[in-house]
Amino acid sequence: MKEIVRAVIAIIVVCILLFVANDFLNKSSGKAGSDTVTIFNWGEYIDPDLIAQFEKESGYRVVYETFDSNEAMMTKIEQGGTSYDIAVPSEYAIEKMKENDLLLPIDHSKIPNFKNIDPYFLDLSFDPKNKYSIPYFWGTVGIVFNPSLLDGQTFESWETLWDPSLKGQVLLVDSAREVIGMGLNSLGYSLNSTDESELQEASAKLKMLTPNVKAIIGDEVTQLMINEEAAVALTWSGQAADMMWENEELDYAVPEEGSNLWFDNMVIPKTAANLEGAHAFINFMLDAEVAAQNADYVGYSTPNIAATELMDEEVTSDERFYPSEEIRDNLEVYNNLGLKMLGKYNELFLEFKMGTN
Amino acid sequence: MQTKNTKTLYLIPYFTWIVLFVIAPIGLITYYSFFDLSGNFTFDNYRNFFSSVYLTLTLSSFWYAFLITLFSLIIAYPTAYWLTKTKHKQLWLLLIIIPSWINLLLKTYAFIGIFGLYGPINAFLNVFGIGEQQILFTDFSFIFVSVYIFIPFMILPIFNALDKLNPSLIDASRDLGASSWTTFSKVIFPLTVNGVKAGIQAVFIPSLSLFMITRLIAGNKVITLGTAIEQQFLVTQNWGMGSTIAVFLIIFMVIIMIITGQREKGATSNGKNK
Repeated sequence: MKEIVRAVIAIIVVCILLFVANDFLNKSSGKAGSDTVTIFNWGEYIDPDLIAQFEKESGYRVVYETFDSNEAMMTKIEQGGTSYDIAVPSEYAIEKMKENDLLLPIDHSKIPNFKNIDPYFLDLSFDPKNKYSIPYFWGTVGIVFNPSLLDGQTFESWETLWDPSLKGQVLLVDSAREVIGMGLNSLGYSLNSTDESELQEASAKLKMLTPNVKAIIGDEVTQLMINEEAAVALTWSGQAADMMWENEELDYAVPEEGSNLWFDNMVIPKTAANLEGAHAFINFMLDAEVAAQNADYVGYSTPNIAATELMDEEVTSDERFYPSEEIRDNLEVYNNLGLKMLGKYNELFLEFKMGTN
Repeated sequence: MQTKNTKTLYLIPYFTWIVLFVIAPIGLITYYSFFDLSGNFTFDNYRNFFSSVYLTLTLSSFWYAFLITLFSLIIAYPTAYWLTKTKHKQLWLLLIIIPSWINLLLKTYAFIGIFGLYGPINAFLNVFGIGEQQILFTDFSFIFVSVYIFIPFMILPIFNALDKLNPSLIDASRDLGASSWTTFSKVIFPLTVNGVKAGIQAVFIPSLSLFMITRLIAGNKVITLGTAIEQQFLVTQNWGMGSTIAVFLIIFMVIIMIITGQREKGATSNGKNK
């Protein structure tokens, strides 16, 4: 009995010491006070050197956290708990966050670098006048492929994915909207379709793809394509750029039937505790040199016109990653389909996944 | 020595724990399972569960959980038996337990490299002229990795049961003319069946709701109830449907616990369990 009491006391003492130490450390680095900026971003979506540079220039301390889907990010912001000052949702998520009153309006007077952004990416339907959001990166959904493992297919059409010679060679992303959208696009339908018969048709079409599917995974796609474990993958343009940087054999194409055009934007969520810092960070990221360095590192396409002027001409004139406006007009932006429809998409996707074995 | 008062005092932590972390969550899950997306009370989630998608899903989860448990048992029982016969059994046991302290995700990622087309296994096959095989993203790799991860939980209870077995019982069986097989099937196995049952519980139940390995190792070609729950909560944000699947998962677990549960003392321990 005595030993137990002694052990319990020892544990309590250690806990108190740890608590005090933690408190002390947080104070000296200023956690959750007015001198930190908490950023909630996608994984591998910023050059870490820039965070250090921002800390040095502004005097704020940055707390950086990542998420892997818009939905997970929204759930976390809705629950509160962490005072995120900046988040980077995609366009349909911004629409939804606006609906749910999760965003704070942005004070444009504090963001002089806003002028650097290509007007093409401003005042879009999901956020008129950019009241709540500032463009961060944009890109497309397409196919990354390894010509050395193929017999000359070039993926001008989604149809090529169904080519019987690609048996067990295709990687897909584990995301309902991308995969079902691809099925809809391949039939010439809109990837925002809510029509029951179109969705059924797309799902039937996808079922025929199953012999070619090697796996349906997340960010692991990058490593598998670099290592030439698979010949073809459905992926986002920036991820493709990452892969092509590591393995020069790889190529990227956006099929002609159409695909998804997306925008990721910086927003200030309701949870923000440091508005001053949030605006300072947005303004910093829009600086031409910073944006150019970031785009170089991340590999996605930057909407920052001043930055593209500083970047390598070879990159910014690459139609695969900076498609002309003409091609862009053929692409579609995701609409917020509502939870019911999203559930429908996911159920079809679940059925598809179960059929792949 | 213990008065009634101190006894109730000791019960307080237990009851607080049970109420806060067992009863309350199950209650909440059941509560949520009766609401649809717009927050209306409904039985639709339950009706939906009995649609073909979720029934197939349940069946396939059970099938894979069954395979994982079966292979774990086939490997674990002889291993545990051999362990009890070795000289430094605690050391050997420790060597089996240590890998289970390493983070699950880390071990899983390691297998992506090991099973890859250019990984060591395929390099080994190449030496024998077999050529590269697709190992990753197959049923085989999924079951292999799951068994690898769960096997310590199967070995431990069986080892404990075998270790407690009185060796003179085996000698007696031999003396009375029983063959090795008869000794095993009539003496050793019935006396250690509780260890086997505990192992089955520890492996089968978590196997039903595996979700990360299904993506990383099986490339989402194997879907379990766990994957479906994760999707309903994180992607679809249909907490009602996610809760409904969770409720069924709990029901399945209870059923398995009852089937493999340890009966009253004496019923199984003397071998007359027919």
